[in-house]
Amino acid sequence: MNNSFVNTARLLGAGLRALLVLTVLTGVLYPLAVTGVAQAFFPTKANGSQIKADGKVVGSSLIGQQGYGLDYFQPRLANGLGENSVNKQYALILSGATNRSADNPQLVKWVQEAKARVVKDNSTADYKVRPSQVPADAVTSSGSGLDPDISRAYAEIQVRRVAERNGLAVAQVEKLVEEHTSGRTLGFIGEPRVNVLELNIAVRELVART
Amino acid sequence: MGPVLAGVLQLTALIGALALAHVPLGTYMAKVYSADRHWRIEKWIYRCVGADPDTQMRWPAYLRGVLAFSAVSVLFLYVLQRLQGMLPLSLGFKAIDPDQAFNTAVSFVTNTNWQSYYGEQAMGHVVQTAGLAVQNFVSAAVGMAVAVALVRGFARSRTGELGNFWADMVRGVTRVLLPGAFAAAIVLVACGVIQNFSGIHEVGQFMGGSQQWNGGAVASQEAVKELGTNGGGYFNANSAHPFENPTPFTNLFEIFLLLVIPFSLTRTFGVMVGSVRQGYAILATMAALWVGFVALMMWTEFAHHGPALQLAGGAMEGKEVRFGVGSSSIFAVSTTLTSTGAVDSFHSSFTGLGGGITLLGMMLGEIAPGGTGSGLYGMLVMAIIAVFIAGLMVGRTPEYLGRKIGTREIKLAACYILVTPALVLVFTAAAMALPTPAHSMTNSGAHGFSEILYAYTSAANNNGSAFAGLNADTHWFNTTLGLAMVLGRFLPMVFVLALAGSLAEQRPVPVTAGTLRTEKPLFTGLLVGAILIITGLTYFPALALGPLAEGLAS
Repeated sequence: MNNSFVNTARLLGAGLRALLVLTVLTGVLYPLAVTGVAQAFFPTKANGSQIKADGKVVGSSLIGQQGYGLDYFQPRLANGLGENSVNKQYALILSGATNRSADNPQLVKWVQEAKARVVKDNSTADYKVRPSQVPADAVTSSGSGLDPDISRAYAEIQVRRVAERNGLAVAQVEKLVEEHTSGRTLGFIGEPRVNVLELNIAVRELVART
Repeated sequence: MGPVLAGVLQLTALIGALALAHVPLGTYMAKVYSADRHWRIEKWIYRCVGADPDTQMRWPAYLRGVLAFSAVSVLFLYVLQRLQGMLPLSLGFKAIDPDQAFNTAVSFVTNTNWQSYYGEQAMGHVVQTAGLAVQNFVSAAVGMAVAVALVRGFARSRTGELGNFWADMVRGVTRVLLPGAFAAAIVLVACGVIQNFSGIHEVGQFMGGSQQWNGGAVASQEAVKELGTNGGGYFNANSAHPFENPTPFTNLFEIFLLLVIPFSLTRTFGVMVGSVRQGYAILATMAALWVGFVALMMWTEFAHHGPALQLAGGAMEGKEVRFGVGSSSIFAVSTTLTSTGAVDSFHSSFTGLGGGITLLGMMLGEIAPGGTGSGLYGMLVMAIIAVFIAGLMVGRTPEYLGRKIGTREIKLAACYILVTPALVLVFTAAAMALPTPAHSMTNSGAHGFSEILYAYTSAANNNGSAFAGLNADTHWFNTTLGLAMVLGRFLPMVFVLALAGSLAEQRPVPVTAGTLRTEKPLFTGLLVGAILIITGLTYFPALALGPLAEGLAS
């Protein structure tokens, strides 16, 4: 047989054996070791930081949800979120962004509509929201479609609506927002934010108490 | 504190952390690749492979090792995806279609991690963990091995021997990537990244009902995805997904991870060629470009030009609140100036000029600091081009690190820098000329063109990020992007290893009064200039039609 053919086959065989042994090391042992440590020391976090209200799991503090009624604080838009198109035995959430460019007419329309809606929804009899008060995160879709947070400014303009619809004092709701605002990590990493799910759980608990 | 100042402080903290880490890590890696002794587990691996790790290879043998290992890897990953329907722990997910399986296999083996699939709905535990994540380790280790072979070409003389591919590749995994990724994965889990094998499960919702979540070995994959400059997300939203990147701290940590090996390899280079100052000159070039690009990106993103962003009052489309504009800008530049391609925010919705900066970052050849290994060898090839230009100016045979840059060396360097522009421009032109590829665009006009230009730039440079409005799961894009990834990865490696072999055979020339001092700031300036001019001349027309047209219109 041709010598170079034999050599090539021998080399490819060595490559395959190298790949298989490294697959055992990095594709089996490594993830199992990390999983072991994770489940032993950080079980809550390793399983998705689920949070409970009234003894029931209501989601994850990390994953934003859609579909809150107007009694509650509204999350960011998620126009890039999708449903699964293959393996349809499941109803999966496909994370993602709109990928619309800054000059895309549809994005312009989405922003306009969102701004009008935020102004209308949050204006009450004695409090009118001005369009200039509406922050950018209130009218844009997040990168993941699962952003759990909104800015402090977006939470602030929702306070009166939430208070009115739940029969709470504005000061009480204001206090909840204050309590659920996280600053920058170490004072400079990331941006200040309010976790929508945690805030809404607090609103529901407050309503139940009063 | 305002967001701009916070962004600048985050950049400063990152520079500080990298400055602290690069000396010990770079020196450690130099020891890893120079050590005579083998660890016990490595000896066991070499026995399985049937290779003698102490045999020295000349460049053709080294290259054959790279190509054989990579070819087997592509085939293995392809078969794994095609058989997914029959594999256990695959959540009942079906086999991946042939064109997409080819594209994905090539993508992960070439350290690109372009994804035309949605992780959530396509890839089960086995393919993710034993297929894709394994390539996150070994493709990075192959890149580092080739870089080390080139460094040995400069460090050795009158031999032609470049080391042993199997030893270099295995050590990259066992001594650098595996311990680093393990530590990083634990940090990520402690901050909220998930790590479980619970498959797809129901979780209750606040307003009632439930939603289906994907469980998975996310933290272990996320750690090596960044550390090995891979970038393929477990989920479609990549590092914007809260389960991959839950907090502002993890975001900064992930940026650190994807930069730390490429920057530290300059130290490894300096130690191995016997002059750390040569390493500093390369480091300074990389750092100057990286910091400059971050500054430009922050400027344009905070200014938020473009009709939709002006109306919204900020460039928050496609960005997460916890990261904000500043941190997202640092991530976007770092991921495109390395070969990572992970994203914590979506480049397609950046300002026109911001999108252009991500494109230009890749077009530089991903050398500032570039991918694990590929960044260093790419930058050293540019250094050869720069000394050649300087040599032309003074009419002297150029030298670099005591090696004469003769006809053969400059031909190989020139071939290297022609590969990716040829792939990007020819494939983009073909896609624009044909009737159907344009149907994949989400946006129209200049930005639609940018989507296609971005796809081929990302594939040929092995980046993997996207202007993700482009529907790339078509026969045309799966096939042509796959070809761009293969050729963009392995042709340059052929030229680099041939160059290394040629350099290692030379006898060193003594330094004289007329030698260009390549460890001085003057040379760093020359190198930055050469990189920008060569890239600018190559890509300006394409950039003018895409991001510049979009950015200047608003």
